[in-house]
Amino acid sequence: MNVGEGVILLKPKETADEILGSTKQDKSGSALKRESRLKSIRKNWDLYLLILPVILYFLIFKYYPMYGAQIAFKNFLAVEGITGSPWVGFEHFIRFFDSFYFWRLIRNTLLIGLYELALGFPIPIILALMINEVKNKRFKQIVQTVTYAPHFLSTVVVVALLFMLLSPVTGVVNNIIAAFGGEPIAFMTEPGWFKTTYVLSGVWQTMGWSSIIYLAALAGIDPQLKEAAMIDGASKMQQIWHINLPAIKPTIIIMLILQCGSIFGVGFEKIFLMQNNLNMAASDVIATHVYRAGILGSQYSYSTAIGLFESVINFTILIIVNYIARKVNKVSLW
Amino acid sequence: MFSKLSKGDVTFTVINYALLCLVVCLMIYPLVYVVSSSISNPEKMLLGELWLFPKDLTLDSYVLAFKNSDIWMGYRNTIFYTVLGTLINLTLSIMIAYPLSRSDFYGRGVITAFIIFTMFFSGGMIPTYLLVRDLGMVDTIWAVTIPGAVSVYNVIIMRTFFQGIPEEIREAAAIDGSTNLHFLWKIVLPLSTPIIAVMALFYGVGHWNSYFDALIYLQDSGKFPLQLFLRQMLIQDDMTAMSTSGTDGVAQHILRVEGLKYAVVLIASLPMLIVYPFLQKYFIKGVMIGSLKG
Repeated sequence: MNVGEGVILLKPKETADEILGSTKQDKSGSALKRESRLKSIRKNWDLYLLILPVILYFLIFKYYPMYGAQIAFKNFLAVEGITGSPWVGFEHFIRFFDSFYFWRLIRNTLLIGLYELALGFPIPIILALMINEVKNKRFKQIVQTVTYAPHFLSTVVVVALLFMLLSPVTGVVNNIIAAFGGEPIAFMTEPGWFKTTYVLSGVWQTMGWSSIIYLAALAGIDPQLKEAAMIDGASKMQQIWHINLPAIKPTIIIMLILQCGSIFGVGFEKIFLMQNNLNMAASDVIATHVYRAGILGSQYSYSTAIGLFESVINFTILIIVNYIARKVNKVSLW
Repeated sequence: MFSKLSKGDVTFTVINYALLCLVVCLMIYPLVYVVSSSISNPEKMLLGELWLFPKDLTLDSYVLAFKNSDIWMGYRNTIFYTVLGTLINLTLSIMIAYPLSRSDFYGRGVITAFIIFTMFFSGGMIPTYLLVRDLGMVDTIWAVTIPGAVSVYNVIIMRTFFQGIPEEIREAAAIDGSTNLHFLWKIVLPLSTPIIAVMALFYGVGHWNSYFDALIYLQDSGKFPLQLFLRQMLIQDDMTAMSTSGTDGVAQHILRVEGLKYAVVLIASLPMLIVYPFLQKYFIKGVMIGSLKG
């Protein structure tokens, strides 16, 4: 795999420093540096002009909603606006914690997140290790093309396929079950099957695409290492264990941190489509609850409070996992 | 380098190939089944006679699908949103990625942190919804093109690519009196066509497949993208079809609807599935630049 085209490849660790580290350098400036800084700003005034609209975009569409999230602590009244609405403290949060839905939402959100982590995280790594061992170029190409393909289907189409292929009446999966003498299973309406269907279809759709990252890291391994190991009589499994896995460890850790950051933030799009009245007990998660309460029910302050609760927990988990990763493995996002 | 393989390694290789063959079959089976079902008599499907290859070839489902005006309208809207949205995405992404790629751009560390923070924390669905509503964007094309106009991840990929363009070229151009913008337009962008293509594909696929913004911001069904019509046809109808099965007349109706669904899925996904194998190497390149940069 050839990256080429003047791209400088860096390891994830260097990357993170590169992205965020330059702030530190900028702070330690002498008078001379300050002068050259002014000169650089004057010289590049057109670049600041260029970037300004995008900064404004981020301020308006990303940071203003964070400011707007204060309505979680207020009783939002459209006429009074965000600033003018009266403060009510943690009233909405307490109402949420006391509600009938609270534990159901927490349980579903967490279980789906953990289920996804347990299956969706290791499978692409294993797939990448397997593809990496294939020597036949044509076969490798076929495996890659086929496994990446589902990534290009829309969420709506994937969920529609689930409904169609898993239908208890017309679906091919239940036809197969029936052919072996089993009873048809209502995968899409039976709460007990919901999480499995959700996670496995997710694995089906994303395992190939997610493996690219690891394949890229594997492609960077020095072939001499492998040759040396072969001369020493290491088996294929030993080579994978002692050479390939350690080589992609930084990538694995970065991806793990990112995945952990979304354990508590199951995405809205797919779950919303798979949800129906019959499987609600297993499929109702925080994001869909926010949608129903806020956008359909117009309880803006209450639903903002729930959303904020989720964001804060996610962000906290990300920081904690990142901190642990930095201590234990010296690899982290920042 | 054809050293003799040990017995264990032969076993390993055989198992590896066998497992990958299995994975390929599991991956491709649903897709093949959809193609077969769309060109078969739906009755065969219901009777459970259809496993892999089409039976009782017919194009009825496609005829039905093409008669549906919603599909055409959805297609037209989606193409429009995809083209306009991608143009906005690319313009804004270049406008921020280029300055951030310049080592002599003072403040790039702060600005990078400023945008990366939004990857990990957000104000949430409702404050964003209220903002878009207050800006008067509801039920306009802007609601589906502006709120997600810049992907931080893609900006990082693009910036990384721009950083690979040698400093010397810029210094030489500066001596010749070229301004930054002139340089960006005349030198950087022509040199960056591969990454611009990758970004156009990433953003384009995103627009083609998205439904969420349309779901919450669009009310007029004449503006719905294809995905929203698909949701109505494939997912919402499915529930009613499933709950009213039983009588004969309804069964006949279900049959037709079932066949239609497979045709619709294929019509909606075909553009992406056809285009993607040809562009695969560009997509992969994009993922790799992005991943290696964290």
